[in-house]
Amino acid sequence: MDPKKVDKFATATLYTIAGVIVVILASLLGYILWQGLPHVSWHFLTSPAKAFEAGGGIGIQLFNSFYLLLLSMVIAVPLALGAGIYLAEYAKKSWLTDVIRTAIEILSSLPSVVVGLFGFLVFVLQFHFGFSIISGALALTMFNLPLLTRNVEDSLRQVSFTQREAGLALGLSRWETVIHVIIPEALPGILTGMILGAGRVFGEAAALIYTAGQSAPALDFSNWNPLNIASPLNPLRPAETLAVHIWKINSEGIQPDAAAVSAGASAVLIIAVLLFNVLARTLGNRLYKKMTAA
Amino acid sequence: MTNQVITSRDVHLFYGKFEALLGIDLDFNANEITALIGPSGCGKSTYLRTLNRMNDLIPGVTITGDIRLDGQDIYAPTQDVVQLRKRVGMVFQQPNPFPFSIYDNVCYGLRLAGVKDRATLDSAVETSLKAAAVWDEVKDKLHKSALSLSGGQQQRVCIARVLAVRPSVILMDEPTSALDPISSTQIENMLLELRQQYTIILVTHNMHQASRISDRTAFFLQGRLVEVNATKKVFLNPTQKETEDYISGRFG
Repeated sequence: MDPKKVDKFATATLYTIAGVIVVILASLLGYILWQGLPHVSWHFLTSPAKAFEAGGGIGIQLFNSFYLLLLSMVIAVPLALGAGIYLAEYAKKSWLTDVIRTAIEILSSLPSVVVGLFGFLVFVLQFHFGFSIISGALALTMFNLPLLTRNVEDSLRQVSFTQREAGLALGLSRWETVIHVIIPEALPGILTGMILGAGRVFGEAAALIYTAGQSAPALDFSNWNPLNIASPLNPLRPAETLAVHIWKINSEGIQPDAAAVSAGASAVLIIAVLLFNVLARTLGNRLYKKMTAA
Repeated sequence: MTNQVITSRDVHLFYGKFEALLGIDLDFNANEITALIGPSGCGKSTYLRTLNRMNDLIPGVTITGDIRLDGQDIYAPTQDVVQLRKRVGMVFQQPNPFPFSIYDNVCYGLRLAGVKDRATLDSAVETSLKAAAVWDEVKDKLHKSALSLSGGQQQRVCIARVLAVRPSVILMDEPTSALDPISSTQIENMLLELRQQYTIILVTHNMHQASRISDRTAFFLQGRLVEVNATKKVFLNPTQKETEDYISGRFG
């Protein structure tokens, strides 16, 4: 056949496939927003959920989601940075680092339900943390750490070897080269990975059902003593997150407006994850520009 | 006699089992440009990198012999490699500026050495960029990214970055091979100026470059140092047959 015709045919096919994917995604997104947005109001976003009557909100769940996200990132990010820097800059190639990399790969493909059950056995039961934010945050750390580490390692590796040579030849120590040359260059990539990881945490339900629990006790937002059980900051209180809330309403909700609450919560969740993504890109781009052209 | 800044005796280097340098005896005089020439794979870049211990980065490399900078054994266990590299700067084949502004690139070494005073930094940046013959081209855009410059300008900024830490020796690994002829000429002229203050060791593939700017030339072949002498002597009246063959273009 005529190569030009083949080329046109191939181009058309690829466009069609891409178009189908875009249409599926856009309609899914559009449907969720169209169904959910009418239910989203200030009242819905701030008031507590109701178990039996209509008119409940998602205020506590929303707060729980953010708080849990924050705690799990505070635990996971330093670990991922340390592990990623070690693997990319310090580790010599040996059977040990091969084992570490394989372990990370396996861990990252673990189903989140399994991570949840592991968290239940270890953090909830063994460590007596109970169904709590800290159990959930630790489980999500397990869940997110492999991908974050991988992301840090890959971002650092993408920095050209000539930059390392330049730093060392200039009389910087290896640590100074890593901290002052390599990491600033890799920062946009690292940051993007972290924020995308945050999006995954925000939308995760399965791993939290068994660890952070499915109840959202009323919180006293004027009590900021982290040791008090009614305080929003208490890491040992059970905390149903937004994603878990959606799952629960849909599986066993008996509120008369369950469908509406579920739709509204889904819309809020999707918007939050979208915001994370947009934020990741703009922040990454801006940082990169700032780094490259001061 | 001129004073010798670097002396090396019986330098052997192995990549694993492969012996890449087979016993090099070579000295470098202060305020001279010494050119290392030879065909690809002859060991000249490898030898250059033993002088600031950049080969330490490559796994499986062993180096024996004696290399001294101002009489001090640079492979002694007590030698601080970071200090050594501050005294022996290096410019690479590919311009490798950091992705920061021109200003930050040049004062990077100083900043990390703890210099904070703005005036000191400003004057170091200006002096270094002037010495690297790139000041006039970049003085109005010091805070633009160094990556926005042309290859030749980038390379001169990299040279300024090395000059700013005030080394006594500058190693150059084919610094102009990735550049156009005009940029190459600018860098060659700059090196002739720099010679008054620094000891320069230049690896080059370009024999015209070696004959134009170097005081002494060392010819490497298959891991051996075949001949070292005043550049004029090496090019006009070499003592070794292999040198003559290489210079007259019969191989390599």
